Order: sequence, then C-alpha cells, then structure tokens
Amino acid sequence: MFKFHYNLERNAIGFVVAIVIVASIGGFIEIAPLFTINQTVEKVADMRVQTPLEIAGRNIYIREGCYACHSQMIRTLRDEVDRYGPYSLAVESQYDHPMLWGSKRTGPDLARLGNKYSDAWQTAHLNNPRDLVPESVMPAYRWLLRDKAKIDDLGEHLAALRTVGVPYTDEMIANAAIDAYAQANPDSPEAANVTARYGEATNIRAFDGEPGAVTEMDALVAYLQSLGTLTDAAFQPQVAEVE
Amino acid sequence: MISELTRDERRLAVVFLGLLTAVGLAMAIGGRDDLMGVHGWLVALLAGTGTFLVLRGLDGPEPPASRLTEYYDTPTKVGIILTLIWGVIGMFMGLWVAALLAWPELTFDAAWASFGRLRPVHTSGVIFGFGGNALIATSLHVLQRTTRARLPDQLSPWFVLIGYNLFCLVAASGYLMGMTQSKEYAEPEWYADIWLVVVWVVYFSIYIRTLMRRKEPHIYVANWYFMAFILVVALLHIVNNLAVPVSLTHAKSYSLFSGVQDAMTQWWYGHNAVAFFLTAGFLGMMYYYLPKRAGRPIFSYRLSIISFWGITFMYMWAGSHHLHFTALPHWVQTLGMAFSVVLLVPSWASAGNALLTLNGAWHKVRDDAVLRFMAMAAFFYGLSTFEGSFMAIRAVNSLSHYTDWTIGHVHAGALGWVAMITYGSIYALVPWMWKKPGMYSKRLVEAHFWLALSGTVVYVFAMWNSGVIQGLMWRTYDQSGDLAYSFVDSLVAMHPYYIARAVGGGLFLLGAVLALVNVYLTITRPAPAAEEEGSDLPALAVEAGE
Repeated sequence: MFKFHYNLERNAIGFVVAIVIVASIGGFIEIAPLFTINQTVEKVADMRVQTPLEIAGRNIYIREGCYACHSQMIRTLRDEVDRYGPYSLAVESQYDHPMLWGSKRTGPDLARLGNKYSDAWQTAHLNNPRDLVPESVMPAYRWLLRDKAKIDDLGEHLAALRTVGVPYTDEMIANAAIDAYAQANPDSPEAANVTARYGEATNIRAFDGEPGAVTEMDALVAYLQSLGTLTDAAFQPQVAEVE
Repeated sequence: MISELTRDERRLAVVFLGLLTAVGLAMAIGGRDDLMGVHGWLVALLAGTGTFLVLRGLDGPEPPASRLTEYYDTPTKVGIILTLIWGVIGMFMGLWVAALLAWPELTFDAAWASFGRLRPVHTSGVIFGFGGNALIATSLHVLQRTTRARLPDQLSPWFVLIGYNLFCLVAASGYLMGMTQSKEYAEPEWYADIWLVVVWVVYFSIYIRTLMRRKEPHIYVANWYFMAFILVVALLHIVNNLAVPVSLTHAKSYSLFSGVQDAMTQWWYGHNAVAFFLTAGFLGMMYYYLPKRAGRPIFSYRLSIISFWGITFMYMWAGSHHLHFTALPHWVQTLGMAFSVVLLVPSWASAGNALLTLNGAWHKVRDDAVLRFMAMAAFFYGLSTFEGSFMAIRAVNSLSHYTDWTIGHVHAGALGWVAMITYGSIYALVPWMWKKPGMYSKRLVEAHFWLALSGTVVYVFAMWNSGVIQGLMWRTYDQSGDLAYSFVDSLVAMHPYYIARAVGGGLFLLGAVLALVNVYLTITRPAPAAEEEGSDLPALAVEAGE
C-alpha cells in the first residue's frame, strides 16, 4: 500500500484523479438515493403551494437572515413536540427552495408558527420585539412597516420556482402581482380569486392592519402565518415513534 | 505589481479587465431596478480602475529575465496583508454580532446593521476573507518551495488573488444590502458563485502547471492537502450552489433542490467547507511551516498518508450529523454519525503527527511564541475534532444541536486551530518574504499569543456553559409532567454568557490588531538592533538560510 502511494505521489494528474474519486463517494451514496427512494418524502394530497405574497414574505425572511436564529424543523424528541407541536415531516418543506430548517435556536422554532399569534401581535412584535417581550434580543424590524413590498415581478419569481419543480399553474404566474395585492386587501374584488387558486385555507387579511398598499410587513406576516399550515399531514397519526 | 508583468501579460490583463468592466456595466444597466445594479457599478468601477492602471503601465520596460531565477512571491506578500486586514474586519463583525445578542439595540435602526445581515459578513469575512486569503498566500509560497519550481507566469496568481477578493467584496456588500441565498457559508448569489468558479479554475491551473514543472520527484504532503482543498471545495461549491435565477437581471435565485434533498446537500457542503476549507487547507499550511519553524522533519510519513486519505474519504460522509432527528431518513443520519466517529482516527493521526514532530524541539515551543502558536493550533485541532466526533453521536446531538454548544465548538476550531496556525505561519513567513531578520517586535507576538489563547478559552467556556444550560432547560420537565421552562427563561439565562463571549472575542480581536500593526512595522521599519541581539532563537538561522 505504501509502495503504491510512493508511486502515486510522483504523479500529479493521478493524484488529482484519486482525490476526486475518493472524495465523491460519500456524497454520492448519501445524496443520490434521496432523489430516488420513494419513501423519502411523504405523499400527501392536501399539500398547497405558497401564495405570491407568502413567497415575497419568505424572501424577506431570507433577506433579513431570520434563519440564522430560528429553525423550522421540529425534531422527533418529546420535549420539542411538547413545546412546538408535531414534529416536522419532509413533505412540509417539499416546495422550499431552499429549505429553511436552520441550525441554531437563538429564538424559538417557527415550523408551527402559523395562526399561533394574531396578525396584530406579529406586526407589533416585528416592529419592536421588546414592546411585547421585554427580554427579547431580536432586532427591531421597523422598516418593514415603512417599505412597500416589491410585488410587480412576482410572476417571474413563480416562474423560476416552477422551473425548479414547484407546481405553479400558468394562471397563478400570470396573476401573481394581482393576487399578492388582493391577499392583503380582503375587500378588493380579486380577493376571491386568491382563495380559488390557492385553497380555502389561505389567509386573506390586511396583515399589517392597514388595507391598501402592500408593505413588507404584510408579506412577512402572511408568510409567518402560513408556516406549518400548508398541509395537515403532520397532525395525522404517525407510524414512527417519538424518541 | 504591473511592472512585474511581461508586456504580453499586461495586454492580456487589459483584455480581461476590459471584459470584466463590460460585464459590470451590463449588470449595472440590466439590473438597474434590482440590487444587482449596485454590484454592477461596483464591479465596473473596480475593473475600470484596474484597466486604467494597467494601460498606464502598458509600455513600461519588460521585467528583467533574472526574475525567472527567483520564486515569484509578490502575490504572497499582498495576500498576507489582505489576510490580516480581512481578519480584523471579520473579527470586528464577530464582536459586533456577539454584542448584539447581549445588547440588541446596537443596530441604530438601520437595516444593514441588524443581526441577520451582519452575521454572514462575520462568517464570510473570517472564513473566506481571512482564511481564504491566508490559504492562497501560503499555498503559493509552499507550492514553489516544495516543488523547487517558479509559478508558471506572473498574471494568473494576480487573477486569483484579486478575483478572489472581488468575490469576497461582492459577497460582504451583498449581505449588508440583503442579498443572500440563505445557505449557511454559501450565501452569495448566483453571479458571485459563477465568478468564484472562474477564479478557482485558474487557481487549480496554477497548482497543476507548477506541479508538472517540479524539480522534486515527490509531491510533498502539504501540496496533497492544498490540492484536496482546491478540488473538493470546487465540487462542493458547484453542487450546493446550483440554482435558477429569477432572470438574468435579478440577483435573486431559487435553489435547484428543495426540502430534505436541499438540507442534505447544504450540510454535505457545510460540513465539508469545514473539512476542506478550514481543515485540509490549513493542514497543508501546518505540514510546511511547523516542521520548518521547529527545524524538525515530520514525525511520520506513513501517518501523513493514512490521515490524508482518511480525511479525504470520510469527511464527505459526515455532513448528515447536522440533521439528526430531522425529516432526513434515518439511514442517512446513522451513516453520518458512524463516519463522524471513525473520523477521529485520521484527525488525531494528523494532530499527533504534528505534536510528535515537536519532540526534540519543545524548548523552542517554550521560547518562541511563533512556534507556540502552531503547537497550540495542533492541540486545538485535536481537541475540536474530538469534540466534533462526540457531538455527532445522536444522543449527544439531541442536547447540543440548535444550542450555543455548536457555536463554541466551531470557535474552538476557528480561533484555536485555524486562526492560530494562520498567525503562526504568517509570523514565520513575513520575515522571509520581506527579508528581515525577524518580526519587528517579539514582545507583541508574545502578547498576541496570550490574547489569542485567553480569548479562545473565555469564548469556548462561555459557549459550552450557555449551550449545555440551554439544552438542559429546553428538555427539563417539572413534577407534573410539563416543560419546566419557557423559551424566554432559557434566553434570560444566556445573558451573562453572551457578555463573556463578547469579552473573549474582544481579546482575540485585540490580538489580531496587534498582528496587523506588528507586520506593518516589520515591513516598513528596520528591526531594532537591541531586541534582535537579545534573541536566543536558533530558528532565525533557519530563516536566514531559507
């Protein structure tokens, strides 16, 4: 073996090829089957896609680096299920490009945040967390109420998401900007179309408390209120045990 | 710099820079309604300035032919200075985000200064700015010395060094404006990722072309590690950053993978960024500068072979230990855990090989702070790889994951191993590069060592404490079977440790500033005679003869 290596380390190209082969094996064996083994992601019928406004909110969540302090992945541990709710299933992030499972909980997990607090609470909390939770160390995101959300190009965003595998229809893509406005304006004539396209469970509200212009707060709160509500699969009886 | 290029190289540089300016302008105009436009102007401005500077020196005299009888070290010199500057920037950002967790109002109500935007500036600043420049600078030096061949040309090392720093600049400025893919340690958006691939291909070509022209029959072990670093980082970077941009004029892109597959790909990348950026590359550094400074040969050649291939093979399986108890299939978690535990063998083989190399030179470790930096780095490497294998065990991970323990572990590696081996190597390298008898001040090096060590220890102990307390509070039940603590209870308990962590980081930052000052003074001033006379370091003889 050492004799073989004695010769290998005299050959630059051979060494390069050896490194590439040896280093590729692990990733290939662990990642490739995740695309081919059917049980990896549960099959559920009621999984809905996120609305254009929720996607805009998700992009704000990413922009502000929320994932650095908040996970969206409840582990199969008793205390986590007791604290946050049913553990996360693979299907719940099936359409998440990229996933936002996170790696650190400086703040609590958000996988089941949807509908846990009111829109008014979320808006006030994002505006200055210490107004509601004096001990909080979360930044105050005051600009979310001030800044208008960019919604005019959401159709292009949905089209890109369709390219990577999210089942948006042509109709959803064509109406993305109108739907985003309508979801934050329940009295607008187009609001009913959002429900028709994205399902009865879709929240249609003036999320920041003010109908009219769509603020970044509208988008982010719409996204946060959708977390954990895209499918009921996690609330069904599970075969797997909590460890 | 420009006068060292041949005329043909200057012309080639003008073509490259002109093309880059055009790309920058195209981004600026196409992306005028998007944040990409800002990056377009930044690229166009920098590349345009570069074009102007090269054009101005275009007709200068050819560099003397005698250059070919010497190694080409100017890129290494510039790389060292960039390393030290990025180190101070990255560590200052670290101190800032650490302080934000203790005093959240330090953001001035500005979006760019909120925790979520500053944090990637810290992580990328130290990993890619500080670590990456250190690797480029030292690898080009080690490559030439261990092959006894000069770099193949003068232009490509500059392309790599400047191109790489452009990547770092685009990345860091993007985070402040809110441009991120959200994939940890792979945050830059698609066009920055593509640019890094171009830079990396040239970096690899420098390596392979120099190796092909080597005068030594064997490729030295340091170069195995540098090659593994270059090759595997390319593989990881390309696969993990596969994404579809919203359009060619949007900075935003959507990852090709989703959910569980994306998580596995991300942590296959994330863990091996640690393995091949922060471990393999710096082991390459250690395998050259530590024996050189100690004046001792590597303890065991066979141990080097076993540890190199062990690390190259096994690390790539270990990423799934970041996803224990998640929706990732159980079999992948178990594979990741098993390989993470076995990984201790090659890791300790490397650490042991380094420490045993110091046998017969321990008196130098006592007297020479530069060698002590390297010895301490090897010790921390051993410590943090043990801790990493331990934390990858599923039962331990159930407690440690999502807590500050992980942060403590990372910093034992980043401060104790990566930064210490880097500063040790730089302190050894600077006098060689600038042809000085030694560093300007040995006492400053000594002070830096103790600041770095005490900073690391304070930091790591603070995070161990906070992490374990956090983990235990989250899982404690009271007698009636309810969770005993709310999340906010655990947050309040962290406050003293967050202050202690900021203090530890502050000590480390102070040391980094001393290093920058000391290197600056070494370069610009003649060494004070008195201090050099008082020196009893035999290593200086080695330096002078180098």
